[in-house]
Amino acid sequence: MSSVENISSVNDLVIKFANVNGTGSASANNMFAKAVFRMGLSVSPKNIFPSNIQGLPTWYEVRISDKGYIGRRGGVDIMVCVNPQSMAKDIQEVLPGGYFIYDNTKPIDLRLLRNDITFIGLPLTKICLEEYTDPRQRQLFKNIIYVGALAAFLNIEFDVLTGLIADQFKGKEKLIAPNVHAMELGFQYAKENFACPLSITVERRDNLGEKILMDGNAAIGLGAVYGGATMAGWYPITPSTSVVEAFEKYCKRMRIDPGTGHKNFAIVQAEDELAAIGMVIGANWNGARAFTATSGPGVSLMSEFLGLAYFAEIPAVLVDVQRAGPSTGMPTRTQQSDVMACAYASHGDTKHVLLFPSDPKECFEMSAEAFDLAEQLQTPIIMLTDLDLGMNDNMSDPLEWDDEREYKRGKVFTAEELENMTERFGRYLDVDGDGIPYRTYPGTHPTKGSFFTRGTSRDEYAVYTEDGSEYVKNMERLLKKWETAKDYVPAPEIINTQGGSKVGVIHYGTSNASTLEAIDYLAEEGLAVDSCRVKAFPFNKEVEDFIESHDTVFVVEQNRDAQLRALLVNDCEIDPKHLVPVLWYDGMPITARYIQQKITEHIDDAKVTPIRHKKAKK
Amino acid sequence: MSYIKPNFRHPELPVNELGYTKKNYEGAISTLCAGCGHDSISGAIVQAIFELSIEPHNVAKLSGIGCSSKTPTYFLGNSHGFNSVHGRMPSVATGANMANREMVYIGVSGDGDTASIGMGQFAHAVRRNLNMMYVVENNGCYGLTKGQDSATADVGSMSKKGEPNPFEPIDLVSVALQLGATFVARSFSGDKEQLIPLIKAAISHQGFALIDIVSPCVTFNNNAGSTKGYEHVRDHLAATGTVDFVPMKEEITASYHPGTSQEVTLHDGSVVHLHKADEKLDIHSRRSALALIKDYKAQDKILTGLLYMDPDSQELHETIDSSKKPLRKLTESELCPGNKVLKNINDSLR
Repeated sequence: MSSVENISSVNDLVIKFANVNGTGSASANNMFAKAVFRMGLSVSPKNIFPSNIQGLPTWYEVRISDKGYIGRRGGVDIMVCVNPQSMAKDIQEVLPGGYFIYDNTKPIDLRLLRNDITFIGLPLTKICLEEYTDPRQRQLFKNIIYVGALAAFLNIEFDVLTGLIADQFKGKEKLIAPNVHAMELGFQYAKENFACPLSITVERRDNLGEKILMDGNAAIGLGAVYGGATMAGWYPITPSTSVVEAFEKYCKRMRIDPGTGHKNFAIVQAEDELAAIGMVIGANWNGARAFTATSGPGVSLMSEFLGLAYFAEIPAVLVDVQRAGPSTGMPTRTQQSDVMACAYASHGDTKHVLLFPSDPKECFEMSAEAFDLAEQLQTPIIMLTDLDLGMNDNMSDPLEWDDEREYKRGKVFTAEELENMTERFGRYLDVDGDGIPYRTYPGTHPTKGSFFTRGTSRDEYAVYTEDGSEYVKNMERLLKKWETAKDYVPAPEIINTQGGSKVGVIHYGTSNASTLEAIDYLAEEGLAVDSCRVKAFPFNKEVEDFIESHDTVFVVEQNRDAQLRALLVNDCEIDPKHLVPVLWYDGMPITARYIQQKITEHIDDAKVTPIRHKKAKK
Repeated sequence: MSYIKPNFRHPELPVNELGYTKKNYEGAISTLCAGCGHDSISGAIVQAIFELSIEPHNVAKLSGIGCSSKTPTYFLGNSHGFNSVHGRMPSVATGANMANREMVYIGVSGDGDTASIGMGQFAHAVRRNLNMMYVVENNGCYGLTKGQDSATADVGSMSKKGEPNPFEPIDLVSVALQLGATFVARSFSGDKEQLIPLIKAAISHQGFALIDIVSPCVTFNNNAGSTKGYEHVRDHLAATGTVDFVPMKEEITASYHPGTSQEVTLHDGSVVHLHKADEKLDIHSRRSALALIKDYKAQDKILTGLLYMDPDSQELHETIDSSKKPLRKLTESELCPGNKVLKNINDSLR
């Protein structure tokens, strides 16, 4: 080891693994993250993968934070590089004073060396060649060996790791011993050849309480089970695919009828996204709770149908796990760039209710709630998450369900109600003055309550009409329903600093963790910032009040065009100058340092007086 | 043409087993052109459902966009209907059917709605063997946009403007046979005698039942030289035979000659009898149907009637093993696993 001034920290680091995809590295890296989590420490793993199945570079970045920060930090303290393809770039990424751990079976290209970081060579390939004969084992155990070495370097409790191996191979006990052995090989090699631990270590804490580690897509799939979804029509697309896969997995566990063995659910893999949303609309029209999950390109394809569901007032639940667009964009990178496309999906005057969960617990809750909202409001509900939340393990409070809770099925006339009805049933008649009419399920009553659903204009009794005044009346009622929706959708989470500030920040979804961390840093610098996390569109009154009560409001989002800001300006009639965009869209999750920097820059710029400005020019 | 539907009916209209008259199965007055073949098809559907004694509200009518897709308003007024998006009726029907397997699903589409914009969804509904009757009201042109050629127009068929169609037609019946449809028939809107028993059989069939019905467009495609006009079709029809549909409860009284007659027993015990006009047809053989369609086409004939039927058809609900109880009737206690289960899931995520 050299005489580099090493970064020294306890429970505060970013470690990044550089692997080749398709080599089994993901499960080893997961094991590393989970081990840290089981030591009671905050952990936020991010899988940075290519749109490819085998052979291309893939990374896995883990942040560990004693303060509990789970947003992306930026910078790498320790790089574990087992991919020669990306080595040059990976070396550059390490912070001065950091460590570069690599497979030194082949000598490293000396031109790549830096003198401000520490290089640690582990002969991973050599050890595997000596230990194993099966080529697949040689590849797989390489990953386990470096996890073992990291246990020595960072002081990870070895028992925790062996416990994880036992959990992972439950039912395949034969595999436990070889995995533990591989881990020991790495651990021993590190102990014998290097001064362990390094200057960066972890140690057990009790920071987590009841927290769980779950990916958002699984939480949404599970939420759909709890929310009573019985039908899913879907088409595979990264990063949403695992939503319906999770739904199916949980259904197979919890929705097999105990008496008959039949499935209390139906999942149909559609021919495309158009068909997927068509199925969802058909099922909801016929009284079942149905949903689909997709990503941006799918939303584009579904737009025509979404307009039909909006206009014909059919419930539907759509999950959009956003990725970087436009077009195919960066299909395995994250963004919050479908906000506008979803809010106004379809031709004509259309507006859709959006939900923005920010952690797995909220994914679960909003997923279940979306079915209530869709049926109460008789309209599509679009849940917007993203690749970062959907596909990465995110730390979260545990999931909860109130067993007293009942599904809110909205305004639906039963056969009995129809039988006793003396007046004519009007499918689009605003009986209650809230813009929400009553509907009937097909097949309810032999002679009453049937109607024709269509995307063409019709009167309050669902009879086709091209009368302009009837059309306008209906469109106005839909607006009234939109106003009603503001009281139904979840309220924002507002965190006001003590005494309140004149500077506020609005954010949503996965920008949450980094925004709150940035607010901490700004407070340390002496700038108090209030925050408002928007959870839904249309915006509730609380959001408008928040904007009104702050002189400057920053809007943090992960897209180029400040899409939520545009919705705020448009829907709340706000002077655009009042809302300062803080935008990040390179496909990686936004960092706290970036948000802090942008806010500071803007505040400092605003302080500059014209006189000083002149002087500066000279 | 009339624009008010007379409310008067004969005071002693016959009733079906459920006590309904035909009036209970009628819909709003048609707004299609006078003489449109589609109206005859609507009439045949009303007659068939009435005779089958199906509760009118237990039927769901689904359609896409176009003249044909308007027709569900004109029959079964006590049934819910859904006039969806152009070419996308099959997916809406799939979702609706998944929600409640106990209802009867009638899809009405046209040649534009099925053979062009909806080709993909049509193909996949066939593949999945969705339990529905899928009617194509096939006139070889886009009526609602004033007569453009559709994908089922024959090569050389003359448009009203006097231009021959240069492209090969898509024969939906052959396509459906190749995709694995379990009930395939072709008919003509002007032949109610053939159409009504075919509709009855299609509705009773478990699985996807296609009836491709040549239904001339009187306004835009009934000119000389059109192969989908009334005159041409009447002159070029050839039927596979006549079809009898015998409901389960009725005894078979007629006697059939072996060799010229083929019978199929449906899942509910109903029987479909085909009195064959062409002995070469075996309605259990796709190859036989495909070959015969080609042979007749070569002779410039349109082969109508029942072409293929799979008596062992397994519809989508059976394939995916979904609950016998309609999914939409499942209650919270059957659907929601509750907080205790959730605690175990939380434990597994630590």
